[in-house]
Amino acid sequence: MTALPPPPPKRLGLVIDLDTCVGCHACAVSCKEWNTSGFVAPLSDRSPYGTGQSGAWLNRVHGFEVVDSDESSRTVYFPRSCLHCADAPCVTVCPTGASYKRAEDGIVLVDEDKCIGCGLCAWACPYGAREMDPGEGVMKKCTLCVDRIYNQHLEEVDRVPACVAACPVSARHFGDLADPDSKVSRIVRERGGFDLMPEQGCRPTNKYLPPRARRAGGPGQRLESAEPAGGFLGWLDRLLSD
Amino acid sequence: MYPALSVILFSSLSGAGYGLMFLIGLLAPAGALPDAPAFAWSALALALGLVSAGLFVSALHLHHPERAWRALSQWRSSWLSREGVAAVVGYVPALAFGWLWLSGPRPGPWLALAGLATAALAAVTVWCTANIYASLKPIRQWHQPLVPILFMVFALGSGALWLLALLGLFGAVSPLMLAGVIGTVVLAWGLKWRYWRTVDRDRPISTAASAIGVGGTVKVLDPPHTEDNYLLSEMGFRVARKHALKLRRIALLLGLGLPVVLVGTGAAIGAPGAAALVGAAAISGLAGIVIERWLFFAEATHTVALYYGR
Repeated sequence: MTALPPPPPKRLGLVIDLDTCVGCHACAVSCKEWNTSGFVAPLSDRSPYGTGQSGAWLNRVHGFEVVDSDESSRTVYFPRSCLHCADAPCVTVCPTGASYKRAEDGIVLVDEDKCIGCGLCAWACPYGAREMDPGEGVMKKCTLCVDRIYNQHLEEVDRVPACVAACPVSARHFGDLADPDSKVSRIVRERGGFDLMPEQGCRPTNKYLPPRARRAGGPGQRLESAEPAGGFLGWLDRLLSD
Repeated sequence: MYPALSVILFSSLSGAGYGLMFLIGLLAPAGALPDAPAFAWSALALALGLVSAGLFVSALHLHHPERAWRALSQWRSSWLSREGVAAVVGYVPALAFGWLWLSGPRPGPWLALAGLATAALAAVTVWCTANIYASLKPIRQWHQPLVPILFMVFALGSGALWLLALLGLFGAVSPLMLAGVIGTVVLAWGLKWRYWRTVDRDRPISTAASAIGVGGTVKVLDPPHTEDNYLLSEMGFRVARKHALKLRRIALLLGLGLPVVLVGTGAAIGAPGAAALVGAAAISGLAGIVIERWLFFAEATHTVALYYGR
């Protein structure tokens, strides 16, 4: 059923820290590796060893240069995956019932046996979270590693999405965003976590944490003045300027 | 947005078919169409043929057409599903209407009822098709209140041109009918002109800064992949925008200019030359709509392109 369920008791999702992400793509690669043999298997590629490769990935890491108003710039690495939105338009547009949001934890999934590969859900998602599998002809998306997080065969420490387990700088956090006392909810409160494109009205579950403000007295301010006023350097400067 | 031929042909052909179906459903019971059975046969064959051809090519767009029947299930939430249901259900009154029109002593209350139901379902189907696009917020050029109205008026206009072509063949064009057809076509392109002005003027509500949530000027430094992917080929299409202005003029010429001139000349010289000219007007009108539909896709931008700096 592609109608949205009532607000779920749990809202499982990710909190991604744009301050600490170093853009190493480990999350994207481990996602591909886990999911090509997991719930959405196979996650296929076209011409993987030839020219013009393409393939379905559920996580993509973008690198941006953001120039502030004071002309200083910073690099922002930005991992992009499904945000498991509360008002997920990809679910309601699906004509077959293949696309659905779980009533128990809010995870958005695709039942691949029902998918006709029309691509409308990918059009409906503002974030580009869905990709058509070139081999299977069905839509693929992040499952929040639903086959890991509840998996009793794994050690408890491993019951997190593959991307979270892989991140070398702990820029990705997994938890229940409906519970105000959870670790993820606390981080979002403390660090000012935000929604991507709130104007699109999807109410994403996943949150992003902003890059921290720069410390005062950056490297530029610690250099000595190029026009010394007094002392030996001042005398030398005056002498050579004449 | 990538202008897939199957989707463009679907809405152009089925639009013309539903427009024609709508008109014959209302005009035949009113006794406003020729009595000849050959006219009824050709009008029905043309309308159902255009609609069925459109539906058939739309299935080519699917990766799993064998599961297409499942698309009839989610009409509560999905415009695509509603369109499927309306298209399938629409065949029932259309076939009943056709049977009554061809066989019965005309016109009777049953013909009127079946005609009315045929017209209503034709209108509902086009409305659903239009709303598939108009409901998609990430594509600002589609998420416009004018879009469903445009689909309806274009369907009516091109259906009317095909009806006029048939009436021309049977030498039954009335001045009132002629004025009505030209009026609808002019209205459709007038609204399209307004739509173009609106989308050219409007600024997008989402920006690269809101897409990543970090304020400032955002430049792509390090794209996530070096080759093309599904998102870029499907939603990053931009080749055609280069020629958009020229194509808008060509669409106006084929869709509006030529049909008006051809129909006008046909009316002036009268039968038998008129039939050929009005037929050419219908073909030209449909070609204009195909280009208009192509631009509807090619000029549409999706928010995902913001992540790629496009």
